[in-house]
Amino acid sequence: MSAAPPPPSEEELPTPAIRNRRWIPRLVWVVPIAAAAIGISLLIRNWQNQGPQITISFLSGEGVQVGKTLVKYRDVTVGRVSDVVLSADRKSVVVSASLSKDAASLLQEDTQFWIVRPRIGVGSVSGLETLLSGVYIGLKTGTSTLRKRQFVGLENPPALSHGPHGRELQLHAARAGSLSIGAPVYFRQFQVGRVIDENLLPDGSTRVTVFVEAPYDRYVKPVTRFWNASGIDVRLGADGLNVQTESLAAVLAGGLAFDDGPIEALFVAGGVAGEFALYKNESEAMAPPDGEPHYVRMRFTQALRGLEVGAPVEFVGVNIGSVVAVDLGYETRDRSFPVIVTVKLYPRRMGRAYEILAAQGKTESDETLAALAGTLVNRGLRAQPRSASLLTGKLYIALDFLPGSPRVAFDASIRPLELPTVNGTFQELEANVVRLLAKVNELPLEQIAADLHTDLKDLHETLSELHARVLPSAVDTLSALHGTLDSAGRVLDVDSPLQRGVTETLSESRSTLQAVRELADYLDRHPDALLRGRRPQKTPRGPATSSSDAKP
Amino acid sequence: MTQLRQSFELGLSLCRTCGLAVSRASLGMDRRCPRCRSRVEHRTPFSTEITLAWLIAGIVLYIPANLLPVMHTAGLLGEEDSTILGGILEFWRSGDWDIALLIFIASVAVPFTKFIAIGLLLFTVRKDSRWEQHQRTALYRIVEFIGYWSMLDVIVVALTSALMQFQVLGTAEPRAGIAFFCAVVVVTMLSALSFDPRLIWDRHA
Repeated sequence: MSAAPPPPSEEELPTPAIRNRRWIPRLVWVVPIAAAAIGISLLIRNWQNQGPQITISFLSGEGVQVGKTLVKYRDVTVGRVSDVVLSADRKSVVVSASLSKDAASLLQEDTQFWIVRPRIGVGSVSGLETLLSGVYIGLKTGTSTLRKRQFVGLENPPALSHGPHGRELQLHAARAGSLSIGAPVYFRQFQVGRVIDENLLPDGSTRVTVFVEAPYDRYVKPVTRFWNASGIDVRLGADGLNVQTESLAAVLAGGLAFDDGPIEALFVAGGVAGEFALYKNESEAMAPPDGEPHYVRMRFTQALRGLEVGAPVEFVGVNIGSVVAVDLGYETRDRSFPVIVTVKLYPRRMGRAYEILAAQGKTESDETLAALAGTLVNRGLRAQPRSASLLTGKLYIALDFLPGSPRVAFDASIRPLELPTVNGTFQELEANVVRLLAKVNELPLEQIAADLHTDLKDLHETLSELHARVLPSAVDTLSALHGTLDSAGRVLDVDSPLQRGVTETLSESRSTLQAVRELADYLDRHPDALLRGRRPQKTPRGPATSSSDAKP
Repeated sequence: MTQLRQSFELGLSLCRTCGLAVSRASLGMDRRCPRCRSRVEHRTPFSTEITLAWLIAGIVLYIPANLLPVMHTAGLLGEEDSTILGGILEFWRSGDWDIALLIFIASVAVPFTKFIAIGLLLFTVRKDSRWEQHQRTALYRIVEFIGYWSMLDVIVVALTSALMQFQVLGTAEPRAGIAFFCAVVVVTMLSALSFDPRLIWDRHA
């Protein structure tokens, strides 16, 4: 803008062209340059911070939002979902996420991704914050050194997202019970780990994966026994009521416990390291190993109501097995319906007896067991259903020696072995009771009652008659008797005239008798006086006079 | 138009401070107004250059202003960075088309109008164009008028950030984008301010 001096065509002097501050307007260009510099620096920084792009495939993209859903590691945002598309085969959802630059090291080959959603279990509540904020993608690093950009997401979060140190163990059980992922694992009432996974294996058994945290994993030894510590163990024993539980959470959510097993466990160990059996309860876990079960069949000819699967089988009072099946058979010969009970026996439970038998080389195979059973049957071994409790009516199978039982043929070649049976005593008892009841039933109770009724009525009439008639006259009689006795009393009284008269009479007769005695004396001395009469003599008078009076 | 004479032709300049008509010949070396001693310029010096510089700065700054998030909201429903365009789309999708329209006008339409209008003015002035001089003057007035309306967005963010501080329930914080946007508004206003509309009517040659 160097304003050239205007041509001097006009008047006056040319204006001095002095522009001494021309750099000031130039300065204004600093502004766009600075703005551009800032913009470019932002761009560069953004480009520098651009982390890796990864894809994760999930079965469902529920809740995942492009641009909003975050990828978090240990609750720190490390990335953001940039795209969600269906996979080519439309069977999964491919989530693309751009991670921050420093998150690149998290992308190991075995890094696991999962969608964090609210999960509420009894043992734990997790992901609650996602209720409101929406889901996010969690990740757990692995140990591999290989890097990867494509991942397959987990459908369920791993129980331990930020790998603490410890040991993972596999437990095998027929059924998992009430365990759930996250359920605690106890060692002597101390929580030392948790259940991190549950699988149903192809053979139908379950595999429970537990994680035992680092300082405690040394308590897990080859002899360790795991058992299900769910629920409350209430036992009424000879020493009183005994309630055992690991913790309230274990009661609700289920839990596991472990401890050193019995020393006997050593010789059957042989399990792969990290693989254990999961027992139903502590006593089962701590019981010496049962060994292989042997299946035995029994045929009962009586109804076995109350015999359930799982009912114990006792050999001379020792529990050596349990009932595994109760079936109804059909005998074409006599068209009867025998009850066929299949039981499994653990010969090892016979304890010392088993040891001796094992030392003799018996009970190891079915053949030797059959042979042993044959001899025992010959000695009177019979299976008998017995009532375990009169209250519940439950039955158990007792294997006992009943020497009096009739001989039976024992076929040792049948598989499974078939043991001879006798009917339970509880039925005889029942029959007796029935007979007794029938007799009671037969009694002519009504007749007796009717007779008794009539008799009672008669008695009642008699009594009322007695009351109406006899009683009044009896009262009269009694009062008359009373009068009689009264007058008799009066007669016998000391002052009564009769008494006096008697007294006088008696005294007169006494004097009379005296006079008679005098007369007698006189006559004794003067027997002639009888004829001559009395001579005048000085004799006592009285009686003499009277006698002289009488005998003149 | 030819009938109208311009001050330049009359050898006069106007002091923009005190309104004194100064004969250019009478001006001294320092080109001070003889009355109020203000600097008397025939035209705003380097007007087009400065305007262009501000304009370019504004356009450059407008890019990060749109790309970077302007606001960060965090609350129970998660946290979110929102950009200007993203916010408009969100309002539009959620049915608040009126608010979306308002923000669109304030944050997108107005800056663009200014860029284009100032650019057009600069271009025509450089070209010494006689085209639609009245309309172009009107355009300049419009640009001056609408300039500060773009600040609406900045004020929204400022108010929201100031008011929405409920800790866990919800907080809003401004992000770099709004600073850039604010700079865009200021820079374009400066750009419009440094443009001398008299240039529209100047005739060289």
